[in-house]
Parts: sequence; structure tokens; C-alpha cells
Amino acid sequence: MTSLPEYTEKTLGLVIDLDTCVGCHACVTACKGWNTENYGAPLADTDAYGADPVGSFLNRIHSYEVQPETGPAQLYHFPKSCLHCADAPCVTVCPTGASYKRVEDGIVLVNESDCIGCGLCAWACPYGAREMDPAEKVMKKCTLCVDRIYNENLPEEDRQPACVRTCPAGARHFGDLSDPDSDVSKLVAARGGIELMPEQGTAPVNRYLPPRPRDAAPEFDVLAPFLEPVAEEPKGFLGWLDRTLERIG
Amino acid sequence: MHPAPSIILFSTLSGLGFGMPAVLGLDVPAPRGWIAFWFLLIAFVLASAGLIASTFHLGHPERAPKAFTQWRSSWLSREAWLAMLALGLMGLYGIGLVFFDARWRIFGVPGGLLSLATVFATSMIYTQMRTVPRWNHWSPPVLFLAYSVAGGALLTGRVSLALWLFPLVGIVQIIAWMDQDRRERASDTNIATATGLGHIGQVRAFEPPHTGSSYLTKEMVFRIGRKHAATLKVIALLLAFALPVLLLLLPFAHVMAALAVLSHVAGVLVQRWLFFAEARHVVSLYYGR
Repeated sequence: MTSLPEYTEKTLGLVIDLDTCVGCHACVTACKGWNTENYGAPLADTDAYGADPVGSFLNRIHSYEVQPETGPAQLYHFPKSCLHCADAPCVTVCPTGASYKRVEDGIVLVNESDCIGCGLCAWACPYGAREMDPAEKVMKKCTLCVDRIYNENLPEEDRQPACVRTCPAGARHFGDLSDPDSDVSKLVAARGGIELMPEQGTAPVNRYLPPRPRDAAPEFDVLAPFLEPVAEEPKGFLGWLDRTLERIG
Repeated sequence: MHPAPSIILFSTLSGLGFGMPAVLGLDVPAPRGWIAFWFLLIAFVLASAGLIASTFHLGHPERAPKAFTQWRSSWLSREAWLAMLALGLMGLYGIGLVFFDARWRIFGVPGGLLSLATVFATSMIYTQMRTVPRWNHWSPPVLFLAYSVAGGALLTGRVSLALWLFPLVGIVQIIAWMDQDRRERASDTNIATATGLGHIGQVRAFEPPHTGSSYLTKEMVFRIGRKHAATLKVIALLLAFALPVLLLLLPFAHVMAALAVLSHVAGVLVQRWLFFAEARHVVSLYYGR
């Protein structure tokens, strides 16, 4: 069904902290690894060791430089994957019903055996969250690791998306954003989490935590008092030695 | 957007292929006998060639029949249904024209209307894309329908109709190009809303996620088209409209009519190439382009 559900029982999604992300790309590697070995067609690479390597990824990290009106430029790393939009335009354009949004948890998925690879859903997505696999020729996208989060064969701490589980900085959080008491909802409330491109009307589920204001650079160095300049003119014994040597020299 | 040759060919050929039955089905003095046979054959060949070209764009063309299932929500699915219905009805209308010397308007009128509806559905595939400000307004449906009917008039030998339509469609095209430029400039999606970092200061893409290309950059962050856009627009107008009008005003000869058709098709191909190549997808913002 390519119609969107009226409501979803849960609203699972990610909360990404732009203040904490260090841009290490560990989540990209973990995502590619898990999603190549598990659910759906593997994420292929073509010409991986050649001149023009191209591959499909479900998660990519951009980096942006922001120049405030005063002070030095700031650098932010910006992970981007499917935002599992409530009003997902990628779902309604699908001619075959391969793209759908789940009623039980709001995850947007692709039924790969129904996908004709027309690419229309990738055009409809403003975030660039969907990529056609170069080998399988079907549309790939983030599944929120649907094969991990409910997987009772995994230890409980592993039942979260691979990107969240692997992030060494704790910049990625996973949970139910429709539950106001969930950890992710509290985090969004506390930090003023935002939507990307709200004007596109997609009602994305994932939230981005904006960077906290940075401290202004101190006007003086805290170590300065301990680093008084040495005396220009030597005194005492060194002063006598200096004067004597100059007389001889 | 990447101007895929298969899609450009599809939209050009099917535009003409459905424009011809639209004119044949709705216009009153429809030809009969062998003339009708040849016109309808050309229309069916063009429409079918367009549909076949469009399947080259698919990753899994063998699953194409599944595209008929989602007509409630998807314009691509509606286009598939409308195309089949239009061709079916026009086939029945054609049987009457060719073999029974009868105008079965019960098939011709709905067949013609459905042909126009097919072209409209094609255009809505682009118009619905909020992600492409150049497409997301009135111009694709108006242009696609106008080109289709004008081309249909030319290909079915309605010279006097074509002479009226061609300059008119040319003017509509110029207005549409101006409006598209304005819409793209006025788009409220920018790198600040894309990243949510605009409240801190001026945002600049510092480093892309990948050093090579990707599906996204190949498919949607295509930039070559804008360099020669102005020149190509003049070429498109000259080939699609000016030259055919000139050729049609000369004393009638089949060679001239054929040249007018060729020139028109070449012009439409240039116009469709620009339609894609000039269109800017908002995902480009993430790449700082």
C-alpha cells in the first residue's frame, strides 16, 4: 500500500546530537556492515578499488563550516539517514506499493521484491535518504535496523540500530518519539531538537539537537600569571658574571 | 536532475504519440480509411516507443506490471492505466475509421480525452515534486499538454491549427521559463533549513560524505545543463516552433511537412533535456551546490 497510515502506534526514530558528533564515520561503517549481511539486498560497491568507486550507503556524514558574525568559524559533522517522515512523500509516489510506512512503529521500508527501480521515491525525498543499489537495482534505505531492534537472538543492549550501538561519542539516540516520557523525547525537549527542512512539509520523525552555544575565547590566558617574562637584565652573581665576561670579551 | 536519455525520449515520443490520438479523437473532421490507418499507426508506434523507452530507465523492467497497482496514490501508476485505456479506446475508434468507414465517437471522444489525461498524468509526476522548485507549480501540466496537442496537430496534418498553436505554445514556454527561474530563486528551502545550523551563522559545505560520486550526486546533483541554458532555449524555440511554422507557410510539399516534423521533434528533445538538466533538487543543498 502506498497510502500513508493515518496514525502509527509508535514513532520510532533517531535523535542526533550535532554537538557531540565527532565525524568519525563509525556509524557509516557499522550501518554498511550490518545492512550488507542482513535484511534485504546487500549494499553493493562497484569499482571499489578502481578510479571511480560508487556504492550504496544508508547513512552518510557531511561536514559544515558555520561562520558566526563574530569569532572564529565552527565545524559541525552532520550524519544524515532516513528521517522516517510522518508525511513521507517517497511512499505516496511509489507506483508498485513497494514503499510503505508501518502502522506499528512508523518505520518506512521498501519491499524489495516489488521495487521496479524507477527511482521516483529518491526524487521525492528532500534529504537524499534513498539510494538505488548499483548491483541489485532496487531502492535501498535506512530500515532503523528493523532486524536488530526486535531481534530476540541478540543481547538486549544490541537491540538498537547499528549506527546508535556503534557510535563512540554517544551522538546518536534511538527511541519512540511519540512517547513524551521516552529518553529521546526528553532529550529533544531539553535540547530544543529540530526538524530538517520543515518547510518541505514531510513532518520528519528524526530530530537533530543543535549545538550548544560555544564559550567565548577568554581574553587572557589562565596560565599567564605563572609565565611572567624573565628579567631583561641579569642580577646578582649572573649580573656580575655577565658584566665581567663582557669586559674580557 | 540527471537528464536520462530514456526519460527524455519517453516524454517526447509519448507526448506526440498521445497528442495525435487526442487531436484525432476530439477533432471533428477525422480522416478515414488508409489515411486514418497511417495516422493511428504512427501514433501507436510513437506512444509504444515512448513507453518502451521509459522501461529502460527501470532497474527491474520485468516487474513493470506491478506499477498498475497503486493508482489511488501514485501518478506514475495512474499514467500507466490511462495510457492503456487511451490506446485501447483509440484502437476501437481506429477499427471503425479504417474498416467500417464509421466515426464511433463513443470511442473517439473518451479516447481523445484519456490521451490528454495520460499526458497530464505524466506531467503530474514532475509537478508533485516539492523537492524540485522548478517543477512544483502549474508549468509542467500546461507545457506538456500544450506541446502534446501542438505536436499532435502537426503530425495529423492539421496545418491551420498547428499554425495557430505553435506561436502560442512558444509564448507559453517563454513565460514558463521565466516563472520557473523566479520560483527557483524564491524557494524557501536553503542550506540553513537543510542543516538547521543557520541560527549560528553562515553555513558552508565543508566536506562531502564521500570523495567520489554517488547515486545522489549522479541522479540529482547534476549541474552541466545550466551553463548553456540561454543558448539552448533559443535553439529549442527555433527548432520546435519557428522553423516548422516557416516550413508550413511555404507552398505545401510532403518533404517540407516531414522537415517540419523532424525540426519540431528535435526542438522538443532540446526542451525536455533542459526541463531535467536545469531542474535543481533541494538535496543539492547538502552538497553545497
